[in-house]
Amino acid sequence: MSETVKDEPVKIKAKDRMAKPRNEMPLNDPAKRVTNFEEVPIGYTLDQAQAEAFRCIQCKKPDCIPGCPVGIDIPAFIKLVEEGDVAAAARKIRETNFLPAACGRVCPQDKQCELVCIVGKKHEPVAIGNLERFVADYEREHKLDRIPKIEPDTGKNIAVIGAGPAGLTAAYELRKRGHNVTVFEAFHRGGGVMVYGIPRFRLPLEIIDEDLKLLEDMGVNFVYNMVIGKVFSIEDLRDKEGFDAVFISTGAGLPKMLGIKGENLNGVYSANEYLTRIYLMHANDFPNYPTPIVQGEKVAVIGAGNTAMDVLRTAKRLGANPVCYYRRSREESPARTEELEHAEQEFINFKWLSNPVEFIGDETGAVKAVKCEIMELSEPDESGRRKPMPTGKFFTDEIDTAVFSLGCDVNPIITDVTPELTKNKWGIIMVDKKTYHTSMKGVFAGGDSVTGGATVILAMGQAKEAAKYIHDYVMGNFDYELAIPTDPIAPGVVWEGRFEKAHREPKKH
Amino acid sequence: MRKSFKQDYKVLLKKELSPNTFYFRVHAPFIAKKIEAGQFIIVRPGSHSERMPLSICGWNREEGYLEIIIMAAGVTSTEATQKNVGDCFEDIVGPLGQRSHVAKYDGACVVIGGGYGTGAVIPTARDLKDRGNKVYGVVGARNKDLLLMIDELNQVCDEVIITTNDGSLGISGMVTDGLNFIVNREKVSMILAVGPVPMMKAITEIGVAKEIETWVSLNAIMVDGTGMCGACRVTIAGKTRFACFHGPDFKGADVNFDELMKRQKMFVVKEKVAFDMLKSVQAN
Repeated sequence: MSETVKDEPVKIKAKDRMAKPRNEMPLNDPAKRVTNFEEVPIGYTLDQAQAEAFRCIQCKKPDCIPGCPVGIDIPAFIKLVEEGDVAAAARKIRETNFLPAACGRVCPQDKQCELVCIVGKKHEPVAIGNLERFVADYEREHKLDRIPKIEPDTGKNIAVIGAGPAGLTAAYELRKRGHNVTVFEAFHRGGGVMVYGIPRFRLPLEIIDEDLKLLEDMGVNFVYNMVIGKVFSIEDLRDKEGFDAVFISTGAGLPKMLGIKGENLNGVYSANEYLTRIYLMHANDFPNYPTPIVQGEKVAVIGAGNTAMDVLRTAKRLGANPVCYYRRSREESPARTEELEHAEQEFINFKWLSNPVEFIGDETGAVKAVKCEIMELSEPDESGRRKPMPTGKFFTDEIDTAVFSLGCDVNPIITDVTPELTKNKWGIIMVDKKTYHTSMKGVFAGGDSVTGGATVILAMGQAKEAAKYIHDYVMGNFDYELAIPTDPIAPGVVWEGRFEKAHREPKKH
Repeated sequence: MRKSFKQDYKVLLKKELSPNTFYFRVHAPFIAKKIEAGQFIIVRPGSHSERMPLSICGWNREEGYLEIIIMAAGVTSTEATQKNVGDCFEDIVGPLGQRSHVAKYDGACVVIGGGYGTGAVIPTARDLKDRGNKVYGVVGARNKDLLLMIDELNQVCDEVIITTNDGSLGISGMVTDGLNFIVNREKVSMILAVGPVPMMKAITEIGVAKEIETWVSLNAIMVDGTGMCGACRVTIAGKTRFACFHGPDFKGADVNFDELMKRQKMFVVKEKVAFDMLKSVQAN
């Protein structure tokens, strides 16, 4: 027998870790993927994940943790991946984030954790999102136990309104603390914007359904087809139906209109309608699912945010040649860099600095052209922002379908019938910034209904914070000075973490 | 024990009113408890179905049921009318939209129903009656066999005027003739019309000419019914409004009916494809 020498642990220098190139996410081939709704990123292998985890230098004072709206202990989970203990990495993430498979896919990491990654100062940042996704998928594929420890029953009842990212997170956090949680959802299924607004090639339905099942297994009660504000008022829930606290997380479901001539022509959709028909109602599988979508070959998509990218890439998959019209330039596009790049890879055309001013219809009322004004960018103002300026020059493109993606306002069903709930002039529900308590006693709110349209992860971060204070409230420990803005022009909640403009490389040719 | 808040949407009673048109009594206690005249529901008969908006012809708050009339005209309505007593609808959500505008008027109120719309005006007629108004109903159909819910309407109106295109019952003509008959006879202060868009447009023209407050209930194409998608947008006094949230009732004088008629045709080709598929599947 040969003598084995025990390896001395070799201290690997940070410099050597950082010198390794970033492991880019393997993607399905653009020419093939635009013919189906399969997920675009393939996911890391264990080897790739470990190689990427090796690049993390385990900063003593990591910036990535405050760079995450839910505060995941990123270096700790990455270290566990490097050591090959993926199950432990999954448990580590789950301490702070209960939707890691979704977040690994749809979070704007380029504007959050990866933006502030120290490795990224000189090299490419660690691919934190890809690693989170890998860990979550490993956990799901290996059917690891995901049910957290649930505290003994407190006997307190909490109503959560809306089964989107904020509502589901609040339900999870409150159930964990031993409360009875009932989630009221207006739609016939849960998931909220993750189902009706995010395409299947970015977030498969199985992932959302697994997360919903986890909550059901934890004992959360889901009530679908229930419109709060119509069937029960907020007061009814609090004062008559026996709920000790209410959390409003009804999202930003009210599409902003263009306000230009011809916006109600046939063939002009809001992004919400377009995506809902396809992803909630399965219009891409028509007529097996009878909800229709009608689109021609020339699809104009107005706007260049994440939702616009989703519409462009969906239209492409349904056989169109979509074109994006945006009044600013590529640099200002609010989309996540990855979404923009994926769209570019998928042969989608962009008309930057093009501001639609009118849709032109035919005699049947169908849209046949879009008239745009050519814009130019001003010199940067004090805030460094370059504004789009009209040039007085116009062009007209023939189109047969248009989808406007300009963001959403807060859905008014609840606020309309609840005057006690203070809101600003844009309909955003006003809350105390620390506790998420609204102007009604025992009623809290979070997610897009307190921010206006934002992201899945910000909604989750707020719901998680709110859950702490809802717990304090129902346990009789709520002793906070509340500051709820009453100024009608007060802004909604803004995340005060590290959220900056993503650094965007020029388009690679 | 925690309350589950679940509803089963079970069919308690079904009656054929005329060929392809059925009356249903459906168990939905939470909706039945809160729904008001003019509001609507969205129904999904099966797990793959579209979300189909439907008006309500009545409810029973104590027994927890809704009364609806469904005419089998396309794939989803046909699927719905094939439900029998004891079957359950997959989903019903409501009440949606705003309740009808009602007040005490000087002159008479006229509620006008075309086809399935006859059922939809009954709850508003009752509300108007409860406020001490004189209420007339006007209902029309191609012939007397297609008339619906006349007895029920009679119970909430002082008088019901029937019109048939072929003259087989009542006034020979259209509901507009029935309305003209009343306005030529006495002072009318308010009109509510529910039915096909051309009918609501024609009623509005009479109402505007006679300076009568005229309301119409807009059956725009919808998906979610909660203001989320904007499929149902209509132009009201030059502004875009959502029929599902701001409506479904609007003042007829403000409505761009021509745009609404065009928008209702947006999906006709696909609707026919889906309907043909259902028919061929069920024939085999």
